[in-house]
This record gives sequence, C-alpha cells and structure tokens, in this order.
Amino acid sequence: MRTRIRQTGALAATAAALITLSTPITWADMPEMELNGNAEAGKEIAMDRSKGNCIACHLIVGGESPGAIGPALIAIAPRFQTKEAVAKQVWDATVRNPEAVMPPFGKHEILTEQEFKDVVEYVWSL
Amino acid sequence: MRNTIAMLAVAGVVCTLATPLLAATPQEDQADFQAYFKARFPNVPEQEFGNGSYAIDPIGRENWEAIEEFPPYETSIDNGHEMWDTPFANGKTYQDCFPDGPAVENQYPRWDKDRGMVVTLPLAINECREANGEEPLPYLKGDIAELLAYMTFESRGQVTNVEIPDDDPRALEAYEKGKQVWFARRGQFNFSCASCHAANSGTTLRTEILSPGYGHTTHFPVYRSKWGEMGTLHRRYSGCFKQVRAKPYEPQGEEFRDLEYFMTYMNNGLELNGPGARK
Repeated sequence: MRTRIRQTGALAATAAALITLSTPITWADMPEMELNGNAEAGKEIAMDRSKGNCIACHLIVGGESPGAIGPALIAIAPRFQTKEAVAKQVWDATVRNPEAVMPPFGKHEILTEQEFKDVVEYVWSL
Repeated sequence: MRNTIAMLAVAGVVCTLATPLLAATPQEDQADFQAYFKARFPNVPEQEFGNGSYAIDPIGRENWEAIEEFPPYETSIDNGHEMWDTPFANGKTYQDCFPDGPAVENQYPRWDKDRGMVVTLPLAINECREANGEEPLPYLKGDIAELLAYMTFESRGQVTNVEIPDDDPRALEAYEKGKQVWFARRGQFNFSCASCHAANSGTTLRTEILSPGYGHTTHFPVYRSKWGEMGTLHRRYSGCFKQVRAKPYEPQGEEFRDLEYFMTYMNNGLELNGPGARK
C-alpha cells in the first residue's frame, strides 16, 4: 500500500513538474511521526525569533507585537479538524497553497523534529 | 490513472512550450508592476513610492522626517565630494572617467553592448579606478558608498530611465534573469523578493511594515540606522538574502547586476532621491 502511494505520488509529481517547469513542486512528504509534543515548549519556540517565530506573521492571543502576514492563530481545532492537518501545514504550507509564503518549517529543517512536534502541539491548542 | 497522468503531462508540455510566445515584454511587465502597486496603495502619490515604507506608514514617516532634518548621510556626501575632487596617483580624476560630471545616476544601470553586460554605477567607478592604476573599492560599504552618496546627491531630481535596447537580445536576457532573481523563491525560508515586497507589501512582519517593491532603487546608497553607516544597494540585497537564509550572490556579480537592471527598469519614471536614510 505504502509503495503504491509513493509511486502514484512520484507520477503525479512528474506530471505536476511538467506543467509548471519553472515553479518547483515540493514533494518531501511529512514522515510518519507520533504527534506528542509539549505545548509549553512549543509556545517558547513560537515566540522565539531565531526558531519558529510564528508571532512575526501571526496574531497569537497573549503574544506581543504580532505581525499580520498570516491568519490569526485562533480556533485551530475546528478549522483544521486533526492535529495531523496542522502538522502538515507547519511542515510545508505550499502543499495546500503553492502561493503560501510561510517557510516550510519541517521540510527545510528549520525546526528539529522535537521542536516541530512541540510547535504543532502548541498551535493545535490555540 | 496512468492515462490521466499522461494527458496531464502532455497538456503540461504544451502549456510550457506555449509560454515563451505569451511572455510579457519588459514594457508590459513594467506597466503591470507599476499598476499593481498603484492599485494596492491607491492613496500614495506616484513619486512617493521612492520613499519606501514611509509613503505608507505615518508614524515611521514622522521619525524619518525628523531624521532628515539633520541627515545622517551628510558627512558621507562631503567625503564623497572630496574623493571626487582628489586626483589619482596618475594625476587624473573621476571627472576624466565621467565627463558629464558626478550627476550621472540616471545613466545607470545600463546595457553595455560591446561587453554584453549590465554596467552599474559602482562597477563603473571601480573600473575607472583600475584604469587609472588604483585599487578597486569594496562594494558593500565604506568609500564607495561615500562617493556614491555624493554622485547620487548631485543626481537628485533626475528621473529613473533604464533602457533595454531591442537591438541586442542579450539585454533582454539579462533583464529576464534579473526578473527571475526577483520572483524566485530561495533559502531555507523559501522567500522570494516578491513574497515580501509585492503581495505582502504594506503588511507587518512583527511591527515592521514591508515596503512596496516599486521605488526600491531610487534612494541608494542609504544610511541605515541598523547598520549605523552607509551601505550600497547590493549590501541591502545581501542582507535580504541572509534574512531568508539564502547564500547571497557576489556584490556586483552578474546576478545582482541583472536584478538591479530589472528592479530599476520597473521604477522608470520615479525621481532619483538618494542618498536616503532608513531604519
């Protein structure tokens, strides 16, 4: 099953790459992982300029001087339904929307896997 | 499934092949670019775009106007003036390289057909020095920024007027390369110049207002408070690249010169108002 998905993915990626030769399509899937991070640690990362720095672009209740580039991080659970959907968005937002400017925190290893899980846990709690 | 993908692939190739035929000319790009920012900031008078975020941020503007009362770049203009007047060891001066005098900023960047490359003012300055037996100056800051401050000050009021000659396809190619640098996403953060300075211009990154891309080239070199000194346009490019965690190109290398060619061409019609003061 896993193999079949991968093959289909590769084929689709090839087709997509042909359609948009100039815009590289990303296909670094989020690896399977247990999303069991620490929300408190995630909050610190979200506010840390050299780490997640979510606050630079997103309003977060309780966060100081938020930016306004991305949507406010509120009502996350009803909007995303699953923690995994949040994780995928943080991993690489361009999968859902190629125009998204949000850095691919997982795919480009901006955060370590533990930091990534912690941030996901925190964002999921908002 | 396979059939669908094959069809998609064929359609994709057809689209891709057709694209060059539909590619916009520089004139069309320029009209689109300027119209985009004018529509995004309908209350900004056109010439105000040369003032960057101070055209759209009333509080920032107040601070900036206060700074401009005693411009932090004034000493640099004086130092640059002295450089202009001081002969090289061989007795010649910059005037011998720039017969029209120091007020020549509106002649750059320009396409040099003989050499098949974009020549910027800083490049022309260093080539002048080398032709006269002097060491070239480092491109990011220091003496070159001061000489540029003087020449730019003398050029104030001129109008940006970059030409992309149509008798040399290499000029168009350089323009297209520069355009690619502006629009391509790069670095660990995966940003393009356009990510911040087009679709998100006017919004805030933390408390910083992102300046519109229209107008970026009019006021360099700048005294930037963050630097505590003057810097060139290519210094600012390098800083932007580092901020998105990308490796900057060489200052005055082909990529940055082409980028300057594209960006300055986008600003045709805007008054030159450097040197500037920025946060």
